[in-house]
Amino acid sequence: MALRLHGCKIAPGLARGEVLVTSEPISFWGGVDPASGRIIDPRHELFGQAVCGKVLAFPYGKGSSTTSLIILELLQVGKAPAAIINVHTEPILATGPVVSRIFFDRNLPMMTLTEKDFNLLRTGQQVVVDADSKVVRIEDEAPSPIVPNDEQ
Amino acid sequence: MNLNDVEKEILNGGQGEARRLALAVIVELGELFGAEALMAISQVHIDTTVYMVDSGVEFAEKCAQLGGRFAVPTSLNASAIDHFRWQEYRVPPELLEKCRRLENAYVTMGASPTWTCAPYQQGMIPRFGQQIAWGESNAIAFANSIIGARTNRYGDLMDICAGIVGRVPRFGLHLDENRKAELVISLEGFSRDALAADALYPLVGFLLGELAGDRVAALQGVPLDVKIDALKGLSAAAASSGAVGLFHVVGVTPEAQNLQMCLKGKKPKAKFVITPKMIREAEERLWTAKGGDTVDMVTVGCPHFSFEEFIELAQLIEGRHVHDAVAFWAYTSRAVYGWLENCGLLKALTNAGMMVFTDGCPLQYPKKTWRFSAAFSNSVKFVNYCYSQTGLPVGYGSLADCVESAVRGKIFRGHLSWR
Repeated sequence: MALRLHGCKIAPGLARGEVLVTSEPISFWGGVDPASGRIIDPRHELFGQAVCGKVLAFPYGKGSSTTSLIILELLQVGKAPAAIINVHTEPILATGPVVSRIFFDRNLPMMTLTEKDFNLLRTGQQVVVDADSKVVRIEDEAPSPIVPNDEQ
Repeated sequence: MNLNDVEKEILNGGQGEARRLALAVIVELGELFGAEALMAISQVHIDTTVYMVDSGVEFAEKCAQLGGRFAVPTSLNASAIDHFRWQEYRVPPELLEKCRRLENAYVTMGASPTWTCAPYQQGMIPRFGQQIAWGESNAIAFANSIIGARTNRYGDLMDICAGIVGRVPRFGLHLDENRKAELVISLEGFSRDALAADALYPLVGFLLGELAGDRVAALQGVPLDVKIDALKGLSAAAASSGAVGLFHVVGVTPEAQNLQMCLKGKKPKAKFVITPKMIREAEERLWTAKGGDTVDMVTVGCPHFSFEEFIELAQLIEGRHVHDAVAFWAYTSRAVYGWLENCGLLKALTNAGMMVFTDGCPLQYPKKTWRFSAAFSNSVKFVNYCYSQTGLPVGYGSLADCVESAVRGKIFRGHLSWR
């Protein structure tokens, strides 16, 4: 049963992929290796996971102004997530995708969802992020959506 | 967003491809910030200057190749290397090449290769109320708070776009209504001695950043004769422990001649105190080395050392010499370095075993060649990042503690009244 969640467009585009969700904020500078696209902050619950090709869902970003550069680099080397979903997107986080699309024609769709809808996301779900229609479609729901971070 | 005729012309490509793309970025981000219009800025300080990933170089080169030229005077933040003394620092050739490519791109676009994180102490210093677009957290906090110039916390890439078009979205700290203090933080229980110690203020900044986060705070209880470099250390520490873009020091900084002035008639949303006990605890949290431990790296100049700080340093080391096992590194801008050379201070410092570098900073320079056992610094910002980025145990103290530790080769903790 597909579930349609309505949100806001931060950066345009359409992407399909597997959700990688965390309730913790992510700092891209120092937190994500720009060469491999892996989470390298040992204190983060996604430590060791690769963001490449995933629909990366985290509530909001934190940390340095270099975040924008790291996201641009991930896009340039092909290690970026397929899409990003936040509850709140601060400008620093949006800068990388905006610059990448305008200057390099590489797209990274970004959307925000309400906290309630964000909490329906589960790692392993197949979703379609349609930023232009402002919709996130969950194609198959995880079996026990109550348990946080349930891995399928 | 409402655009004027010139902005529409730029977006239509009437002023070249680089400006068209740069303005498209500024407009799109402005819409995300909720800005209804753009505004002119008259100066830019670019933070995308430390070589970190190739796309930073590629972006700067692409802007230059597309004909991008900075529309307003533009300075550069610290580099990853010392562009003159890279050999002394054992900089790998591939890193040198990337830094030179970045330099070429920015200079081609018309930037001044200042390579300093303290652009507010020499060169293009903004005036009170001037609308600017600066990157680098310590410089942003200093320009907004101590000078009363107006900038948001501009991040990498957007700073370059702002320079190319000389415009930013009208929002945030550019506007009066967002510059009022929401919090009041008071220093309580400090002796006159404690308030006269320069080493107090970076610790105050560290706590201010933790308390304020991204909110504007008014700090009470700082004496009028506080040194400008102590306020520099305070700004840098606050911007490293919190997302601080602006704070007020009541009676000291221009938008807070008194508390009412910076509250703009509103009641503060919260009040906090900072006590000597809290300062003592903050210092203990920052210390990862132990007093009496061997120290082999002492570093000052985070942010870049001022000429006044070098005078004090020279007085402290006079007649003595840095221990053979200790690397004493001081970092500064090219402008200050020139003055040191011209007045003979540089010779005095190097004769005493100190090394003075320009352009970069210890945490951005290559660290793979480091074989240190413990570090010491008078910068809370450095101490805060040193351990988390390198794992090297580190101690914090006054400039006198730095010199004493460097001479002895052992960490020295002098008397400070809160200790």
